[in-house]
Parts: sequence; C-alpha cells; structure tokens
Amino acid sequence: MSKHTLSVLVENKPGVLARITALFSRRGFNIDSLAVGTTEHPEISRITIVVNVVDQLPLEQVTKQLNKLVNVLKIVELDPAAAIARELVLVKVRADNETRSQIVEIVQLFRAKTVDVSPEAVTVEATGGADKLEAMLKMLEPFGIKELVQSGTIAVGRGARSITDRSLRALDRSA
Amino acid sequence: MTEQATGSHHPQRNRSAVPAAPAERMTGAQALIRSLEAVGADTVFGIPGGAILPAYDPLMDSSKVRHVLVRHEQGAGHAATGYAQATGKVGVCMATSGPGATNLVTPIADAHMDSVPIVAITGQVASKSIGTDAFQEADICGITLPITKHNFLVTDPDEIPRTIAEAFHIAGTGRPGPVLVDIAKDALQNQTSFSWPPQQDLPGYRPVTKPHAKQIREAARLINEARRPVLYVGGGVLKARATAELRILAELTGAPVTTTLMALGAFPDSHPQHVGMPGMHGDVSAVTALQKSDLIIALGARFDDRVTGRLDTFAPHAKIVHADIDPAEISKNRVADVPIVGDAREVLADLIVAVQADHEAGHRGDYTDWWRQLSFWRNTYPLGYEVPDDGSLSPQQVIERIGELAPEGTLFAAGVGQHQMWAAQFIKYEQPGTWFNSGGAGTMGYAVPAAMGAKAGRPDATVWAIDGDGCFQMTNQELVTCALNNIPIKVAIINNGALGMVRQWQNLFYGERFSNTVLHSGAERVPGSTQGVGSIRNHGTRVPDFVKLSEAMGCVGLRCESAAELDAVIAKANEINDRPVVVDFIVHEDAMVWPMVAAGTSNDEIMAARDVRPDFGDGMED
Repeated sequence: MSKHTLSVLVENKPGVLARITALFSRRGFNIDSLAVGTTEHPEISRITIVVNVVDQLPLEQVTKQLNKLVNVLKIVELDPAAAIARELVLVKVRADNETRSQIVEIVQLFRAKTVDVSPEAVTVEATGGADKLEAMLKMLEPFGIKELVQSGTIAVGRGARSITDRSLRALDRSA
Repeated sequence: MTEQATGSHHPQRNRSAVPAAPAERMTGAQALIRSLEAVGADTVFGIPGGAILPAYDPLMDSSKVRHVLVRHEQGAGHAATGYAQATGKVGVCMATSGPGATNLVTPIADAHMDSVPIVAITGQVASKSIGTDAFQEADICGITLPITKHNFLVTDPDEIPRTIAEAFHIAGTGRPGPVLVDIAKDALQNQTSFSWPPQQDLPGYRPVTKPHAKQIREAARLINEARRPVLYVGGGVLKARATAELRILAELTGAPVTTTLMALGAFPDSHPQHVGMPGMHGDVSAVTALQKSDLIIALGARFDDRVTGRLDTFAPHAKIVHADIDPAEISKNRVADVPIVGDAREVLADLIVAVQADHEAGHRGDYTDWWRQLSFWRNTYPLGYEVPDDGSLSPQQVIERIGELAPEGTLFAAGVGQHQMWAAQFIKYEQPGTWFNSGGAGTMGYAVPAAMGAKAGRPDATVWAIDGDGCFQMTNQELVTCALNNIPIKVAIINNGALGMVRQWQNLFYGERFSNTVLHSGAERVPGSTQGVGSIRNHGTRVPDFVKLSEAMGCVGLRCESAAELDAVIAKANEINDRPVVVDFIVHEDAMVWPMVAAGTSNDEIMAARDVRPDFGDGMED
C-alpha cells in the first residue's frame, strides 16, 4: 500500500464535492483523508485527497475519471519529498493536578498548544505531519484521551511554483 | 458532431467575436424554448406535468420545435437516443419533476454507457421547496450524477440560455453523452432577459481531439512491423464520422477489420477485409483474429468484457495501440503500449499519412500468412443456423430475410437478447448509422422507442425494430405515439414465448431448469412448463395476442408462423408506410445464439456451436 496526495482544483460551485466523493466510491476507492477550502481565487476551491492504493494503475484511472468531471480544473499529485503536508488535531486529554504539568510538557515538546484548561481536562491543538501527530497522540494516550478531532491533510508543493496559476488564467479567459 | 450539436460558437475562443442580439424580456420558460430553437433542437420527446408545465406553454407556439407526446418518459429517453444516432444531432427529451424525471433514469444510463449525445430537460419543484420533500420532488441531479456526462440544477432564469448552450455543447463534443438540465419551476415562471448566444463558462471542459504526432508515428511503425494485426473498431468511429478514413486506412494497410456491436456499419460487412464482430457472440474469425493477433489497433473501442472475455487471457501475444477520445478508457482494462488520445477521425487521418510515409520509405507489413489463417477460420466457421424441418420458423431466418428484403438504407433498432445478437449477425450492415442497439447497458425495451426516435429524425428512411416478445412487452406503448404522430415504424416481434437469452443460459448452465423464463406458460398452465408459445400444444392460445394489441394501438398487425409465408409477410410489412406495422413472428423456442464465449471464460474457449470448439490450427503458429 502506498499513500498518494492529490490536489484537486475545482470550480467553487454547489455539489462539486459530492461529484468527487461519489466518483471515488463508485470506482471502488477509499478516501483516507479529505480537506476542502477556498483558494486565493474565490472561484476556485482546492480539495486535498489522500488515498492508499495497492498499485499505480487504478489510481491513474481514478485521476483520469476525476479529470473528466466538468467542474474539475486541474489535478496534481504531490510528491511527498517535494511537498509540505499538514494536519490539525484538537485533542481533549484527561488531566488532574498531578498529571497536568506532564501533559503540558509533552505538548511543548511537540510544539503544540494547550488551548483550553479545566479541572478534569486539557485541550491541545497541534499541527504537523501525520507522523508527528501520531507520536504526540501516543504520548498523550496513557493520560486518557476523552475526545479527538482531526482535520484532513492539506498540502502544498515546495518552491515558488503555484499549481493555481494556469488554472486561474483558464478561468479568466472564460469569464 | 454537427454544428447543431456544438452550438453556434466555440466556448473557449472568440468569446466576444459573435455580437449578441439585444436582450429581450421574457419568462424563463420562453427563454428555454428560444434556447432550444437556437441550438437547433427540432424534435423533443416528452410528457408534461406540474413542474415542467410553464415550459409547455411557449412550446405550443414554437414553429421550430416539434414536441412528440410519448406515453412513458422511458420512451422519450430512448426516442431521443434513437433520434441522436439516426441524425448525428443531440437528442432531446423532457419530463416533469419526481416520477417523470426518475422514469428517464434508465434511458439516461443507457445513453451514458453507449456514449449517445442527449439532453434531458426536467422540471423541478420551485427553488424554495427544494429539499422539503415537496410533492413530486426528487433529487434528479443527485440520482443521475453517476450516469450523466454532466448535469445542472437551474434556479435562476438568467442562467437558462447559458445552461442550455453548455448542455448541448457538453453532450455533443468530446466523448458524447447524456446531460441533464433540471430547472426549478419558479425559474421557468420568472422574468429574465434573453440574448443569444450566451457566454459559455466551462473552464474545466477541454476535450482533446488532436492526437500526439509521436504516438501516431509509433503506431504506424508497429502496424508496418506487425505480422498479425487487427483493426478493432468501436462505436467511437461512428460517433466521429470517421468511416471513410477507416476504410482508407484498412485498404492501405491490408489489415483485417473487426467491428464491435456498437460499430456495425462502420466498415461494410461485405468488404473482404471484414472478419466480423468480436465478442461473446461474435464470429469465430473475429474472436480468433483478436486472440491470435500480435497487434491490436483499437479505435474508439473500450475493451468491454463482452469483447475480451476473461481479460487476463485476452489476446496474449498482442501489443496494443489504443486510440480513444476519452483518456480514461486507455489502459482501463488492457494496458496500452501506444496510447493515443484524440478524435477517431483525426487519429485515422494522421495514421493514414504516417503509414503512407512508412510505405514510401520501404516499410510495409506482410500479412500474407495471417490472411491464410484468417481465411481458414472464416471459411471453416461461418455464421449459420439450422432451419427446423417441420416448417416452423427459425428466428435467424426471419431476421436474415428482413435484412435482405429491406429497402436500401433501412435503419435497424434492436432490443436486448437473442434477437439482438441475431440481428447483429444476420443482417448485413453496409452503411454507418444504420444500426442502433443498447450495447453497454443492455436495456430490454430499447427497440420500439429508439426506432420511433430514429424515424422521427429520418422520416425518409425505413425503420425496422427487431424486438423480442419479452422486450416488446416493456415499451410497446410507444406504438400509440407512433400511430398518432405519423411515425410509421415497422416492428418484428421475434416471438419465442420466452425470455430467450436467459432461457439459453438456463439451457446451457442451469441444467435446463427454466425458472420464470416462459412468458406464456400455455393454456394448461402446467407448473414449471417449458412449453412456449411456439409449441404445438399452445398453438393459438396467445396472451397477449400481439396482433390484436397492435391493432388496438392503431397499427397494422400481421402474424407469420411458417417459413412458407415468411417473404410474403415481410413484403407486405414493407409496403405499408402510412401506419406502424407490427409482425408477430412465431419462432422456434429452442434456437440458440452461436458462436458463444461463456461469461467469465477465455475467448480461447469459444464454441462455434453446441459442443463444437473450433480447431484453431494451434499447431500452425505460435
């Protein structure tokens, strides 16, 4: 199994996300993580999809099928070596007067933040790559995790180049 | 596609070159009809209802758009498909919200599988009611998401002209397909300003039509190096109107040609290089040609499971050149050695030039040995059938004679099942655009409405629907539409009293246990009876009586029960041109479709007839 990160630029129109997720399930793919948001151009949204696949051909097939969707402007597979990928977690950890300082120490080690404190719990906000977050959660687990919420991965290529540039030009031409 | 299909201008270029006419005030419904007129839609098949009602009012006054009032929305959808294939234009169907729209689902799925350009226009409940489970509300955009090329929900009347222009453009260009436009009732009722042409806004839709020169050169090199090449021609060649180019390339190379079920007529059946149809019920010569080839040049074909049989044993020695307008088809089922994305017509035109250049440079393939093998298979295992010696009708003979006695340029539409395969096998297709069937979806009930649509689009042509008695009972109500709207089609019911293809599988794979496939179980109603309508015991006890049924629907009903009267009955049907004609051909119930590659098995296991596996001369080559 190998992980692939697809950045999909789409027209910011109602129903586009449904078209994309339906395509994945229709073609028998599981989405590992998904994140959607607007871009620097309000008419374009960016969907970051992480998939786990056994071999390359079906991924190529699903990418081609995605490309056929009329609202999809561009698909780029981000090379993990040349991209920055981040997730956000909010985790509520059981804490009392004895454990609170240990938790805060772990949080600091991972350059995370405590964003809420109450007598029985500490809420931690952390961003980073999947490995770092996993390591932090492993450290926090013995204290008791009451609630965990995690965002999908967002990712961007390194360097000065932008994948939105050309799509913007296409959009401008058609406007 | 035609000018009508693409709209009057190209969406990506010269946006401001065409001056828009001054805007006129009108309702969304009027804007819809004006838009349909402007894109050149001359025939719409549909049924009104609450949500679409506003659109039907200005439709009544249109002198350019003819509306054909069908009896069921499924009929409208298949009629649009038949119309599109017969005319090369985009077919149009219209229905109201809820059940009207959901009744279009099957024909939309059918058009999607067979890449037929249609636009389906549905009414939707008023925009404020969407999402409230309002009367006759259905999320038809959600429902048709996986079976349309694209769909639109319109809630603003200002969006109607642009959406219609875009829908026709998307349906008719690139790989054609169905597009659904769902319009809220208030968008039809409210005022808007109409001007034409509208600005299209499709930044994500850019079909590639021009093939890559390097890939073309590589394909030409392989063709001239191959010893056992086959041109594997699919429906894309018909859709691209590339049949003239195909013939030039075939004759230039001397390679054998096989045309799929979707491509019959793309290359003349009578041409000496034509080796037949491939697939589950294809010719032994065509199936074997692909199987033994060292190079397959796939043109607008998609390596469907009905063609390849068990995929991992398909054409094991062949390199693959795969040209298709849809990049997603390439390497989907079989990995291509030379992928070519492009319109079949441009691909073929470029291939001709490249192959010719290679010939001039002294590189030309020598296929002499290959043709010796092909001719052996073709001559040893021709298509054939047994004529029953009791004078009863063989279904193959009926279909073959309909083909032979049909006037020049006759169009044929088939349902799905045994009769469809026999119509593919025993009618000779010489011209493109003369054969319509439901290939990918396998929709029983396709024939009558599709024939209706074809005849509405080509009133000059004779149109024969070759249907089974099972299929006919699914959509025959459209004969009323035909009778009332002067659409005189001809229908041959190949009546074996059974769901013949399923019965054939029960015969071969389920130990002759005919569970629920006998449509007419006979007067005695013997439980589990295998006695069909064709058996002596049930002679004359037919329910329904197709002759009476046809007469009730305003058609001429004829019946033919013996080989002796076959030609006379067909001739009589051919002479009637003022009304639809239905001929009930009572045929032998145990006839089977041969050759056959059983589902899931290898093409190497093709059976020419029951218990007859061809001798492939396995010792001759490889």
